[in-house]
Amino acid sequence: MPSLESYLIVSALLFAIGAFGFLARRNAILMLICIELMLNGVNLSLVAFNAYGPASDNAGAIFSLLIMAVAAAEVTVGLALVIAIIRTRQTPEVDEYSDLKE
Amino acid sequence: MLAIGVIGGGLAVVTLRNIIHSAVAMMVCFGSLAGMYALLGAPIIAAAQVLIYLGAISVLILFAIMLSQAGDANLPAPFHQQVPFAALAAIVLFGLVTWAIVQTNWGAAVEVAVVTVEALAAVLFTIYALPFEILSLLLLAAIIGAIYLARRPEEDERI
Repeated sequence: MPSLESYLIVSALLFAIGAFGFLARRNAILMLICIELMLNGVNLSLVAFNAYGPASDNAGAIFSLLIMAVAAAEVTVGLALVIAIIRTRQTPEVDEYSDLKE
Repeated sequence: MLAIGVIGGGLAVVTLRNIIHSAVAMMVCFGSLAGMYALLGAPIIAAAQVLIYLGAISVLILFAIMLSQAGDANLPAPFHQQVPFAALAAIVLFGLVTWAIVQTNWGAAVEVAVVTVEALAAVLFTIYALPFEILSLLLLAAIIGAIYLARRPEEDERI
């Protein structure tokens, strides 16, 4: 049985990978995917705490379910925004979205 | 084993050049996570993960990619020029969190308790009833917002 620490480290690593991708990639849709990776990292830590923590009222499992629903709402609106932007700007690259700078 | 799937999938997501491949790697990552949830004694969370992430969100993202991709012929460079700073920030973040995890005393290991659906539902609809209702409102707002944003603007009201 793996320890709680190993699950937490995997979750931290997943969060860090998501943060790196969000900062480094240029594609708007991929940035949304990286946000999903970060949310999943947090979810994993919540479920691990729920499993290993003191006898609880399953708060960790509830929170991870709530986070999943919020993530679904977020990705829906985010993708709609991205598609609307791509329709007007003809590119998914976030570097090209510089109207406010000019 | 599952951790390899999660981490490898995550790394593939951020490094692969073709965004479709990234989306498939994301599905691998989410599937491995579902297996981890099952190992952690939460089969209902694993089922929700498969339904919501593997089923709904992945398909949504794949559709969005297909709608937005003009052609795979000329793939642009995937990264900004700020990659070193992003990598540095991510590594520092991971290092700090790992340091905190290792430093903390988590107490004696206990047997993993299985989260039963009955117990989950009992608290979800009593203690957490208000967040549950707010969440349904949020989902409704998200549906309306997505329809409004993704709708093709009509002739006289260009946004």
